[in-house]
Amino acid sequence: MKKHYLVVAASIALAGAVSATAFAGGPVDEELVIDGEIQMTTRTAAPEGHPLDEVISGWHYRTKETRALEADTFENPAMLGVEDGEQIWNTVEGTEGKSCASCHGDASESMAGVGAHFPKWDADSGRPINIELQINKCREERMGAEPYAFDKGGQKPLTAYIKHQSLGEPVSLDLAEGDMQSWWDKGKELYYTRFGQLNLSCSNCHEDHNGEYIRADHLSQGQVNGFPTYRLKQAALVSVHNRFRGCIRDTRAEYPAAFSDELMALEVYVTWRGTGLSVETPAVRQ
Amino acid sequence: MAFKTRIWLAAAVAITTTAAVASAETAPGDVKVEDGVVSASLTGQPGDPAEGRKTFADRKLGNCLACHAVADQSEQLFHGEVGPELNGVGDRWSPEELRAIVVNSKAIFSEDTIMPGFYSLDVGKDVRKDLVGKTILSAQQVEDVVAYLATLKE
Ligand code: HEC
Ligand code: HEC
Repeated sequence: MKKHYLVVAASIALAGAVSATAFAGGPVDEELVIDGEIQMTTRTAAPEGHPLDEVISGWHYRTKETRALEADTFENPAMLGVEDGEQIWNTVEGTEGKSCASCHGDASESMAGVGAHFPKWDADSGRPINIELQINKCREERMGAEPYAFDKGGQKPLTAYIKHQSLGEPVSLDLAEGDMQSWWDKGKELYYTRFGQLNLSCSNCHEDHNGEYIRADHLSQGQVNGFPTYRLKQAALVSVHNRFRGCIRDTRAEYPAAFSDELMALEVYVTWRGTGLSVETPAVRQ
Repeated sequence: MAFKTRIWLAAAVAITTTAAVASAETAPGDVKVEDGVVSASLTGQPGDPAEGRKTFADRKLGNCLACHAVADQSEQLFHGEVGPELNGVGDRWSPEELRAIVVNSKAIFSEDTIMPGFYSLDVGKDVRKDLVGKTILSAQQVEDVVAYLATLKE
Protein backbone atom coordinates (compact mmCIF):
# COMPACT_ATOMS: atom_id res chain seq x y z
CA MET A 1 0.00 0.00 0.00
CA LYS A 2 2.84 2.34 0.91
CA LYS A 3 4.46 1.64 -2.42
CA HIS A 4 1.22 2.44 -4.20
CA TYR A 5 1.05 5.93 -2.74
CA LEU A 6 4.69 6.55 -3.54
CA VAL A 7 4.08 5.69 -7.16
CA VAL A 8 1.08 7.99 -7.38
CA ALA A 9 3.04 10.85 -5.86
CA ALA A 10 5.85 10.21 -8.28
CA SER A 11 3.63 10.14 -11.34
CA ILE A 12 2.49 13.62 -10.42
CA ALA A 13 6.06 14.79 -10.01
CA LEU A 14 7.10 13.16 -13.28
CA ALA A 15 4.21 14.57 -15.28
CA GLY A 16 5.69 18.02 -14.85
CA ALA A 17 9.18 16.93 -15.82
CA VAL A 18 8.05 14.94 -18.83
CA SER A 19 6.00 17.65 -20.50
CA ALA A 20 9.01 19.94 -20.33
CA THR A 21 11.32 17.51 -22.09
CA ALA A 22 10.21 14.82 -24.51
CA PHE A 23 7.06 14.31 -26.63
CA ALA A 24 9.13 14.22 -29.79
CA GLY A 25 6.61 11.71 -31.14
CA GLY A 26 3.42 12.81 -29.47
CA PRO A 27 -0.14 12.33 -30.73
CA VAL A 28 -0.84 13.57 -34.28
CA ASP A 29 -3.06 16.59 -34.65
CA GLU A 30 -5.75 15.14 -36.93
CA GLU A 31 -9.37 14.14 -36.88
CA LEU A 32 -10.85 10.69 -37.35
CA VAL A 33 -13.94 10.66 -39.53
CA ILE A 34 -15.09 7.18 -40.52
CA ASP A 35 -16.14 6.88 -44.17
CA GLY A 36 -16.25 10.66 -44.34
CA GLU A 37 -19.45 10.51 -42.25
CA ILE A 38 -19.03 9.53 -38.64
CA GLN A 39 -17.14 12.19 -36.69
CA MET A 40 -15.23 10.44 -33.90
CA THR A 41 -14.21 11.90 -30.58
CA THR A 42 -10.59 10.84 -30.26
CA ARG A 43 -9.47 13.59 -27.86
CA THR A 44 -11.50 14.98 -25.02
CA ALA A 45 -11.20 16.60 -21.62
CA ALA A 46 -10.58 14.02 -18.91
CA PRO A 47 -13.33 13.29 -16.37
CA GLU A 48 -12.99 14.61 -12.83
CA GLY A 49 -10.35 12.86 -10.77
CA HIS A 50 -8.42 11.69 -13.85
CA PRO A 51 -4.61 11.97 -13.59
CA LEU A 52 -4.30 13.34 -17.15
CA ASP A 53 -5.80 16.57 -18.52
CA GLU A 54 -6.77 15.10 -21.84
CA VAL A 55 -7.88 11.63 -22.85
CA ILE A 56 -6.46 10.59 -26.24
CA SER A 57 -7.27 7.57 -28.40
CA GLY A 58 -4.48 5.22 -29.48
CA TRP A 59 -5.39 6.15 -33.09
CA HIS A 60 -3.38 9.39 -32.73
CA TYR A 61 -0.17 7.48 -32.05
CA ARG A 62 -0.27 5.22 -35.09
CA THR A 63 1.26 5.75 -38.53
CA LYS A 64 -0.53 7.53 -41.36
CA GLU A 65 -1.18 4.21 -43.13
CA THR A 66 -2.62 2.54 -40.04
CA ARG A 67 -4.81 5.55 -39.31
CA ALA A 68 -6.13 5.51 -42.87
CA LEU A 69 -7.13 1.82 -42.58
CA GLU A 70 -9.37 2.59 -39.63
CA ALA A 71 -10.96 5.62 -41.29
CA ASP A 72 -12.39 3.55 -44.16
CA THR A 73 -14.63 0.58 -43.33
CA PHE A 74 -13.92 -1.01 -46.73
CA GLU A 75 -10.19 -0.92 -46.07
CA ASN A 76 -10.44 -1.90 -42.39
CA PRO A 77 -9.32 -5.56 -42.29
CA ALA A 78 -11.28 -6.15 -39.08
CA MET A 79 -14.62 -5.60 -40.81
CA LEU A 80 -14.42 -9.22 -41.99
CA GLY A 81 -14.47 -10.24 -38.34
CA VAL A 82 -17.45 -7.98 -37.73
CA GLU A 83 -19.24 -9.68 -40.62
CA ASP A 84 -18.47 -13.08 -39.06
CA GLY A 85 -19.98 -11.72 -35.87
CA GLU A 86 -23.18 -10.81 -37.72
CA GLN A 87 -23.45 -14.39 -39.01
CA ILE A 88 -23.02 -15.77 -35.51
CA TRP A 89 -25.64 -13.33 -34.20
CA ASN A 90 -28.16 -14.94 -36.52
CA THR A 91 -27.08 -18.57 -36.06
CA VAL A 92 -29.15 -20.91 -33.89
CA GLU A 93 -27.09 -22.88 -31.35
CA GLY A 94 -27.76 -24.89 -28.18
CA THR A 95 -30.61 -26.93 -26.78
CA GLU A 96 -33.14 -24.07 -26.79
CA GLY A 97 -32.98 -23.67 -30.57
CA LYS A 98 -32.23 -19.97 -30.35
CA SER A 99 -29.83 -17.45 -31.82
CA CYS A 100 -28.94 -14.03 -30.38
CA ALA A 101 -31.43 -12.60 -32.90
CA SER A 102 -34.24 -14.78 -31.51
CA CYS A 103 -34.26 -12.65 -28.37
CA HIS A 104 -32.70 -9.37 -29.51
CA GLY A 105 -33.83 -9.02 -33.14
CA ASP A 106 -31.98 -6.53 -35.28
CA ALA A 107 -28.69 -5.69 -33.56
CA SER A 108 -28.44 -2.30 -35.25
CA GLU A 109 -31.45 -1.31 -33.13
CA SER A 110 -31.30 -3.47 -30.01
CA MET A 111 -27.53 -3.14 -29.51
CA ALA A 112 -27.11 0.51 -30.55
CA GLY A 113 -25.08 2.26 -27.84
CA VAL A 114 -25.00 -0.80 -25.58
CA GLY A 115 -21.29 -1.57 -25.98
CA ALA A 116 -20.28 1.93 -24.86
CA HIS A 117 -21.32 1.15 -21.26
CA PHE A 118 -19.53 -2.14 -20.50
CA PRO A 119 -18.21 -3.44 -18.11
CA LYS A 120 -21.53 -3.37 -16.23
CA TRP A 121 -22.55 -4.57 -12.83
CA ASP A 122 -23.94 -8.12 -12.89
CA ALA A 123 -26.10 -8.70 -9.82
CA ASP A 124 -26.30 -12.47 -10.45
CA SER A 125 -22.58 -13.08 -10.19
CA GLY A 126 -21.93 -10.10 -7.90
CA ARG A 127 -19.17 -8.74 -10.13
CA PRO A 128 -18.73 -6.59 -13.23
CA ILE A 129 -19.05 -8.34 -16.57
CA ASN A 130 -17.81 -7.34 -20.00
CA ILE A 131 -19.44 -8.08 -23.35
CA GLU A 132 -17.63 -11.42 -23.63
CA LEU A 133 -19.09 -12.56 -20.31
CA GLN A 134 -22.55 -11.21 -21.18
CA ILE A 135 -22.43 -13.31 -24.35
CA ASN A 136 -21.48 -16.38 -22.32
CA LYS A 137 -24.31 -15.66 -19.90
CA CYS A 138 -26.85 -15.55 -22.72
CA ARG A 139 -25.40 -18.71 -24.25
CA GLU A 140 -25.68 -20.67 -21.02
CA GLU A 141 -28.89 -19.28 -19.59
CA ARG A 142 -30.99 -18.62 -22.68
CA MET A 143 -29.59 -20.70 -25.52
CA GLY A 144 -28.54 -23.84 -23.68
CA ALA A 145 -25.14 -23.56 -25.36
CA GLU A 146 -21.64 -23.95 -23.98
CA PRO A 147 -19.91 -20.71 -22.95
CA TYR A 148 -17.07 -19.71 -25.27
CA ALA A 149 -13.57 -20.35 -23.91
CA PHE A 150 -11.39 -17.21 -23.80
CA ASP A 151 -10.70 -15.89 -27.32
CA LYS A 152 -12.24 -19.05 -28.83
CA GLY A 153 -15.25 -19.89 -30.98
CA GLY A 154 -17.19 -16.80 -31.90
CA GLN A 155 -16.11 -14.75 -28.90
CA LYS A 156 -13.97 -12.13 -30.64
CA PRO A 157 -16.08 -11.60 -33.79
CA LEU A 158 -19.36 -11.51 -31.87
CA THR A 159 -17.96 -9.08 -29.30
CA ALA A 160 -16.63 -6.90 -32.13
CA TYR A 161 -20.01 -7.01 -33.91
CA ILE A 162 -21.91 -5.96 -30.78
CA LYS A 163 -19.47 -3.20 -29.94
CA HIS A 164 -19.45 -1.97 -33.52
CA GLN A 165 -23.15 -1.11 -33.09
CA SER A 166 -21.91 1.69 -30.79
CA LEU A 167 -19.39 3.12 -33.27
CA GLY A 168 -18.92 6.80 -32.41
CA GLU A 169 -20.79 6.62 -29.08
CA PRO A 170 -18.88 8.08 -26.13
CA VAL A 171 -17.61 5.56 -23.57
CA SER A 172 -19.21 5.99 -20.17
CA LEU A 173 -19.56 3.68 -17.18
CA ASP A 174 -22.09 3.77 -14.37
CA LEU A 175 -19.91 3.43 -11.30
CA ALA A 176 -22.93 3.85 -9.02
CA GLU A 177 -24.29 0.43 -10.03
CA GLY A 178 -23.82 -2.33 -7.45
CA ASP A 179 -20.27 -2.53 -6.21
CA MET A 180 -18.64 -1.04 -9.33
CA GLN A 181 -16.79 1.59 -7.32
CA SER A 182 -14.81 -0.94 -5.31
CA TRP A 183 -13.80 -2.74 -8.52
CA TRP A 184 -12.69 0.60 -9.93
CA ASP A 185 -10.61 1.13 -6.76
CA LYS A 186 -9.02 -2.27 -7.13
CA GLY A 187 -8.32 -1.67 -10.82
CA LYS A 188 -6.69 1.63 -10.01
CA GLU A 189 -4.43 -0.02 -7.48
CA LEU A 190 -3.36 -2.58 -10.08
CA TYR A 191 -2.74 0.14 -12.66
CA TYR A 192 -0.10 1.64 -10.38
CA THR A 193 1.37 -1.68 -9.21
CA ARG A 194 4.79 -2.56 -10.52
CA PHE A 195 4.96 -6.03 -12.05
CA GLY A 196 7.66 -8.45 -13.03
CA GLN A 197 11.42 -8.53 -13.20
CA LEU A 198 11.38 -5.24 -15.15
CA ASN A 199 9.42 -3.68 -12.28
CA LEU A 200 6.97 -1.69 -14.42
CA SER A 201 3.41 -0.49 -13.87
CA CYS A 202 0.84 0.41 -16.52
CA SER A 203 1.25 4.04 -15.45
CA ASN A 204 5.02 4.02 -16.06
CA CYS A 205 4.45 3.49 -19.77
CA HIS A 206 0.96 4.82 -20.52
CA GLU A 207 0.68 7.73 -18.10
CA ASP A 208 4.24 8.98 -17.52
CA HIS A 209 5.68 8.30 -20.97
CA ASN A 210 2.87 8.24 -23.53
CA GLY A 211 3.80 10.05 -26.72
CA GLU A 212 7.37 8.75 -26.55
CA TYR A 213 9.00 5.97 -28.52
CA ILE A 214 10.05 2.86 -26.58
CA ARG A 215 12.39 1.44 -29.20
CA ALA A 216 10.13 0.94 -32.28
CA ASP A 217 6.84 1.30 -30.36
CA HIS A 218 5.09 4.60 -29.98
CA LEU A 219 3.54 4.62 -26.51
CA SER A 220 -0.11 5.68 -26.34
CA GLN A 221 -2.32 6.16 -23.29
CA GLY A 222 -3.29 2.47 -23.50
CA GLN A 223 -6.99 3.18 -24.04
CA VAL A 224 -9.48 0.36 -24.64
CA ASN A 225 -12.19 2.17 -26.64
CA GLY A 226 -11.25 0.32 -29.85
CA PHE A 227 -11.38 -3.29 -28.61
CA PRO A 228 -11.55 -5.91 -29.91
CA THR A 229 -8.84 -4.27 -32.01
CA TYR A 230 -7.27 -5.47 -35.24
CA ARG A 231 -3.52 -5.80 -34.81
CA LEU A 232 -1.58 -5.74 -38.05
CA LYS A 233 1.31 -7.56 -36.36
CA GLN A 234 -0.96 -10.52 -35.54
CA ALA A 235 -3.26 -10.09 -38.54
CA ALA A 236 -6.19 -10.80 -36.23
CA LEU A 237 -8.70 -9.30 -33.85
CA VAL A 238 -7.23 -9.01 -30.35
CA SER A 239 -9.37 -8.96 -27.22
CA VAL A 240 -8.82 -6.53 -24.38
CA HIS A 241 -7.79 -9.21 -21.87
CA ASN A 242 -5.32 -10.59 -24.37
CA ARG A 243 -3.77 -7.11 -24.64
CA PHE A 244 -3.63 -6.69 -20.85
CA ARG A 245 -1.96 -10.07 -20.53
CA GLY A 246 0.55 -9.16 -23.24
CA CYS A 247 1.55 -5.93 -21.51
CA ILE A 248 1.90 -7.70 -18.14
CA ARG A 249 3.91 -10.50 -19.76
CA ASP A 250 6.28 -7.92 -21.24
CA THR A 251 7.21 -6.82 -17.71
CA ARG A 252 8.44 -10.43 -17.26
CA ALA A 253 5.65 -11.31 -14.84
CA GLU A 254 3.22 -14.21 -14.57
CA TYR A 255 -0.07 -12.86 -15.93
CA PRO A 256 -3.58 -13.32 -14.51
CA ALA A 257 -6.20 -15.51 -16.20
CA ALA A 258 -8.62 -13.89 -18.63
CA PHE A 259 -11.81 -12.73 -16.87
CA SER A 260 -10.11 -13.12 -13.47
CA ASP A 261 -11.01 -10.60 -10.76
CA GLU A 262 -7.73 -8.78 -11.45
CA LEU A 263 -8.31 -8.31 -15.16
CA MET A 264 -12.01 -7.42 -14.71
CA ALA A 265 -11.04 -4.76 -12.17
CA LEU A 266 -8.37 -3.46 -14.54
CA GLU A 267 -10.90 -3.37 -17.40
CA VAL A 268 -13.33 -1.32 -15.30
CA TYR A 269 -10.64 1.19 -14.35
CA VAL A 270 -8.93 1.44 -17.76
CA THR A 271 -12.30 1.81 -19.52
CA TRP A 272 -13.11 4.68 -17.16
CA ARG A 273 -9.78 6.31 -18.04
CA GLY A 274 -11.14 6.56 -21.59
CA THR A 275 -14.45 8.18 -20.61
CA GLY A 276 -15.78 10.35 -23.42
CA LEU A 277 -13.79 8.73 -26.24
CA SER A 278 -15.85 7.31 -29.10
CA VAL A 279 -16.15 3.56 -29.36
CA GLU A 280 -13.85 2.74 -32.31
CA THR A 281 -14.45 -0.99 -32.57
CA PRO A 282 -12.93 -2.43 -34.62
CA ALA A 283 -9.90 -0.14 -34.28
CA VAL A 284 -6.73 -0.85 -36.27
CA ARG A 285 -3.38 -0.81 -34.50
CA GLN A 286 0.15 -1.83 -35.39
CA MET B 1 29.44 -47.84 -14.49
CA ALA B 2 31.98 -45.85 -16.48
CA PHE B 3 29.12 -43.68 -17.69
CA LYS B 4 27.95 -43.00 -14.15
CA THR B 5 31.43 -41.99 -13.04
CA ARG B 6 31.67 -39.53 -15.86
CA ILE B 7 28.43 -37.87 -14.81
CA TRP B 8 29.67 -37.58 -11.25
CA LEU B 9 32.91 -36.10 -12.45
CA ALA B 10 31.09 -33.60 -14.62
CA ALA B 11 28.88 -32.60 -11.71
CA ALA B 12 31.88 -32.11 -9.45
CA VAL B 13 33.52 -29.86 -12.04
CA ALA B 14 30.32 -27.85 -12.41
CA ILE B 15 30.10 -27.32 -8.66
CA THR B 16 33.69 -26.13 -8.36
CA THR B 17 33.25 -23.71 -11.26
CA THR B 18 30.10 -22.14 -9.83
CA ALA B 19 31.73 -21.86 -6.42
CA ALA B 20 34.76 -20.16 -7.93
CA VAL B 21 32.60 -17.62 -9.79
CA ALA B 22 30.37 -17.02 -6.79
CA SER B 23 33.29 -16.17 -4.51
CA ALA B 24 34.60 -13.47 -6.86
CA GLU B 25 31.18 -12.01 -7.61
CA THR B 26 29.19 -9.70 -5.38
CA ALA B 27 25.68 -11.13 -4.97
CA PRO B 28 22.87 -8.69 -5.85
CA GLY B 29 21.78 -8.40 -2.23
CA ASP B 30 25.32 -7.49 -1.12
CA VAL B 31 25.91 -4.60 -3.53
CA LYS B 32 26.13 -1.34 -1.62
CA VAL B 33 25.15 1.91 -3.27
CA GLU B 34 26.82 4.56 -1.10
CA ASP B 35 26.91 8.30 -1.88
CA GLY B 36 25.57 7.53 -5.34
CA VAL B 37 28.34 5.12 -6.31
CA VAL B 38 29.16 1.43 -6.38
CA SER B 39 32.90 1.73 -5.98
CA ALA B 40 34.23 -1.75 -6.81
CA SER B 41 33.73 -3.98 -9.85
CA LEU B 42 31.02 -6.57 -9.17
CA THR B 43 33.28 -9.33 -10.49
CA GLY B 44 36.73 -8.08 -9.55
CA GLN B 45 37.35 -7.99 -13.32
CA PRO B 46 37.32 -5.02 -15.70
CA GLY B 47 34.43 -4.86 -18.14
CA ASP B 48 34.74 -5.39 -21.88
CA PRO B 49 33.33 -2.33 -23.72
CA ALA B 50 32.80 -4.24 -26.98
CA GLU B 51 30.65 -6.84 -25.20
CA GLY B 52 28.89 -4.04 -23.33
CA ARG B 53 28.02 -2.35 -26.60
CA LYS B 54 26.24 -5.56 -27.70
CA THR B 55 24.50 -6.08 -24.37
CA PHE B 56 23.26 -2.47 -24.55
CA ALA B 57 21.44 -3.12 -27.86
CA ASP B 58 20.36 -6.75 -27.31
CA ARG B 59 16.59 -6.87 -26.73
CA LYS B 60 16.96 -9.96 -24.54
CA LEU B 61 19.69 -8.42 -22.36
CA GLY B 62 20.04 -4.70 -21.59
CA ASN B 63 17.71 -3.44 -24.30
CA CYS B 64 18.91 -0.02 -23.18
CA LEU B 65 18.14 1.26 -26.69
CA ALA B 66 14.45 0.76 -25.91
CA CYS B 67 14.62 3.92 -23.84
CA HIS B 68 17.90 5.65 -24.75
CA ALA B 69 19.19 6.95 -28.06
CA VAL B 70 22.95 6.97 -28.60
CA ALA B 71 24.77 8.24 -31.69
CA ASP B 72 27.45 5.56 -31.31
CA GLN B 73 24.90 2.90 -32.34
CA SER B 74 23.41 4.71 -35.33
CA GLU B 75 23.52 1.42 -37.28
CA GLN B 76 20.58 0.25 -35.12
CA LEU B 77 17.22 1.23 -36.61
CA PHE B 78 15.21 2.08 -33.53
CA HIS B 79 16.30 4.13 -30.54
CA GLY B 80 13.83 5.01 -27.81
CA GLU B 81 13.20 8.42 -26.25
CA VAL B 82 11.83 7.48 -22.82
CA GLY B 83 15.16 8.31 -21.14
CA PRO B 84 17.82 10.90 -21.95
CA GLU B 85 20.20 10.48 -24.91
CA LEU B 86 23.40 8.90 -23.68
CA ASN B 87 25.89 10.74 -25.90
CA GLY B 88 28.66 12.02 -23.64
CA VAL B 89 27.33 10.13 -20.63
CA GLY B 90 30.93 9.12 -19.81
CA ASP B 91 31.72 12.82 -19.26
CA ARG B 92 28.71 13.41 -17.04
CA TRP B 93 29.12 10.45 -14.70
CA SER B 94 32.10 8.54 -13.30
CA PRO B 95 32.33 4.78 -13.90
CA GLU B 96 31.41 4.21 -10.23
CA GLU B 97 28.29 6.34 -10.64
CA LEU B 98 27.39 4.62 -13.90
CA ARG B 99 27.71 1.26 -12.15
CA ALA B 100 25.26 2.42 -9.47
CA ILE B 101 22.78 3.65 -12.12
CA VAL B 102 22.85 0.35 -14.01
CA VAL B 103 22.73 -1.80 -10.84
CA ASN B 104 19.81 0.00 -9.25
CA SER B 105 18.62 3.20 -10.91
CA LYS B 106 15.99 3.65 -8.19
CA ALA B 107 18.72 4.29 -5.63
CA ILE B 108 20.14 7.10 -7.80
CA PHE B 109 17.18 8.83 -9.47
CA SER B 110 14.04 8.08 -7.44
CA GLU B 111 11.74 5.22 -6.48
CA ASP B 112 9.55 6.27 -9.37
CA THR B 113 11.87 6.05 -12.32
CA ILE B 114 10.74 3.80 -15.15
CA MET B 115 14.32 2.53 -15.59
CA PRO B 116 14.68 -1.04 -14.30
CA GLY B 117 17.44 -2.02 -11.87
CA PHE B 118 19.60 -4.41 -13.86
CA TYR B 119 21.37 -6.06 -10.92
CA SER B 120 18.76 -5.71 -8.21
CA LEU B 121 16.31 -8.09 -6.59
CA ASP B 122 13.97 -5.24 -5.67
CA VAL B 123 11.53 -6.17 -8.43
CA GLY B 124 7.80 -6.06 -9.18
CA LYS B 125 4.91 -8.38 -8.28
CA ASP B 126 4.43 -11.85 -9.72
CA VAL B 127 7.85 -12.18 -11.35
CA ARG B 128 7.82 -14.89 -14.02
CA LYS B 129 8.53 -18.18 -12.24
CA ASP B 130 11.75 -19.03 -14.05
CA LEU B 131 13.17 -15.57 -13.25
CA VAL B 132 12.52 -15.48 -9.51
CA GLY B 133 15.73 -14.58 -7.67
CA LYS B 134 17.48 -13.69 -10.94
CA THR B 135 18.73 -10.30 -12.06
CA ILE B 136 18.20 -8.92 -15.57
CA LEU B 137 21.94 -8.82 -16.28
CA SER B 138 24.77 -10.89 -14.81
CA ALA B 139 27.50 -9.18 -12.79
CA GLN B 140 29.92 -9.38 -15.73
CA GLN B 141 27.33 -8.00 -18.17
CA VAL B 142 26.87 -5.01 -15.85
CA GLU B 143 30.64 -4.45 -15.84
CA ASP B 144 30.72 -4.68 -19.64
CA VAL B 145 27.91 -2.14 -20.02
CA VAL B 146 29.57 0.23 -17.54
CA ALA B 147 32.86 -0.05 -19.46
CA TYR B 148 30.95 0.75 -22.66
CA LEU B 149 29.17 3.77 -21.14
CA ALA B 150 32.52 5.11 -19.94
CA THR B 151 33.65 5.25 -23.60
CA LEU B 152 30.76 7.55 -24.55
CA LYS B 153 32.61 10.86 -24.41
CA GLU B 154 32.12 14.00 -26.40
C1 HEC C 1 6.95 -1.56 -20.95
C2 HEC C 1 5.89 -0.68 -21.32
C3 HEC C 1 4.45 -1.07 -21.07
C4 HEC C 1 3.82 -1.40 -19.90
C5 HEC C 1 4.42 -1.54 -18.51
C6 HEC C 1 2.41 -1.58 -20.23
N1 HEC C 1 2.21 -1.39 -21.57
FE1 HEC C 1 0.41 -1.35 -22.55
N2 HEC C 1 1.37 -1.06 -24.32
C7 HEC C 1 2.74 -0.89 -24.48
C8 HEC C 1 3.05 -0.71 -25.88
C9 HEC C 1 4.45 -0.50 -26.47
C10 HEC C 1 1.82 -0.76 -26.57
C11 HEC C 1 1.58 -0.58 -28.08
C12 HEC C 1 1.60 0.89 -28.43
C13 HEC C 1 0.51 1.63 -27.70
O1 HEC C 1 -0.65 1.60 -28.12
O2 HEC C 1 0.80 2.24 -26.64
C14 HEC C 1 0.78 -0.95 -25.56
C15 HEC C 1 -0.59 -1.00 -25.83
C16 HEC C 1 -1.58 -1.10 -24.87
C17 HEC C 1 -3.00 -1.06 -25.15
C18 HEC C 1 -3.65 -0.91 -26.54
C19 HEC C 1 -3.95 0.52 -26.85
C20 HEC C 1 -4.68 0.70 -28.16
O3 HEC C 1 -4.93 1.85 -28.52
O4 HEC C 1 -5.01 -0.28 -28.82
C21 HEC C 1 -3.65 -1.18 -23.95
C22 HEC C 1 -5.14 -1.21 -23.72
C23 HEC C 1 -2.62 -1.30 -22.93
N3 HEC C 1 -1.39 -1.24 -23.51
C24 HEC C 1 -2.89 -1.44 -21.56
C25 HEC C 1 -1.90 -1.65 -20.59
C26 HEC C 1 -2.17 -1.96 -19.20
C27 HEC C 1 -3.56 -2.06 -18.60
C28 HEC C 1 -0.97 -2.15 -18.58
C29 HEC C 1 -0.66 -2.63 -17.19
C30 HEC C 1 -1.23 -3.86 -16.76
C31 HEC C 1 0.06 -1.90 -19.58
N4 HEC C 1 -0.54 -1.62 -20.77
C32 HEC C 1 1.43 -1.92 -19.32
C33 HEC C 1 3.69 -0.88 -23.48
C34 HEC C 1 3.43 -1.10 -22.13
C1 HEC D 1 12.27 1.54 -19.53
C2 HEC D 1 13.16 2.65 -19.75
C3 HEC D 1 14.66 2.54 -19.53
C4 HEC D 1 15.51 1.49 -19.80
C5 HEC D 1 15.18 0.12 -20.38
C6 HEC D 1 16.82 1.94 -19.46
N1 HEC D 1 16.78 3.22 -19.00
FE1 HEC D 1 18.39 4.38 -18.41
N2 HEC D 1 17.12 5.91 -17.91
C7 HEC D 1 15.76 5.93 -18.11
C8 HEC D 1 15.25 7.20 -17.65
C9 HEC D 1 13.78 7.63 -17.72
C10 HEC D 1 16.34 7.95 -17.15
C11 HEC D 1 16.34 9.37 -16.56
C12 HEC D 1 16.16 9.32 -15.07
C13 HEC D 1 14.68 9.35 -14.74
O1 HEC D 1 13.97 10.24 -15.23
O2 HEC D 1 14.23 8.49 -14.00
C14 HEC D 1 17.51 7.11 -17.35
C15 HEC D 1 18.79 7.51 -17.06
C16 HEC D 1 19.95 6.81 -17.37
C17 HEC D 1 21.32 7.31 -17.22
C18 HEC D 1 21.71 8.70 -16.77
C19 HEC D 1 21.71 9.55 -18.04
C20 HEC D 1 22.12 10.99 -17.90
O3 HEC D 1 22.41 11.58 -18.95
O4 HEC D 1 22.14 11.51 -16.82
C21 HEC D 1 22.15 6.30 -17.64
C22 HEC D 1 23.66 6.31 -17.67
C23 HEC D 1 21.32 5.19 -18.06
N3 HEC D 1 20.00 5.53 -17.89
C24 HEC D 1 21.79 3.99 -18.56
C25 HEC D 1 21.01 2.90 -18.96
C26 HEC D 1 21.54 1.63 -19.37
C27 HEC D 1 22.99 1.30 -19.51
C28 HEC D 1 20.47 0.81 -19.61
C29 HEC D 1 20.44 -0.65 -19.98
C30 HEC D 1 21.31 -1.57 -19.29
C31 HEC D 1 19.28 1.60 -19.40
N4 HEC D 1 19.65 2.86 -18.99
C32 HEC D 1 17.98 1.15 -19.58
C33 HEC D 1 15.00 4.90 -18.66
C34 HEC D 1 15.49 3.63 -19.04
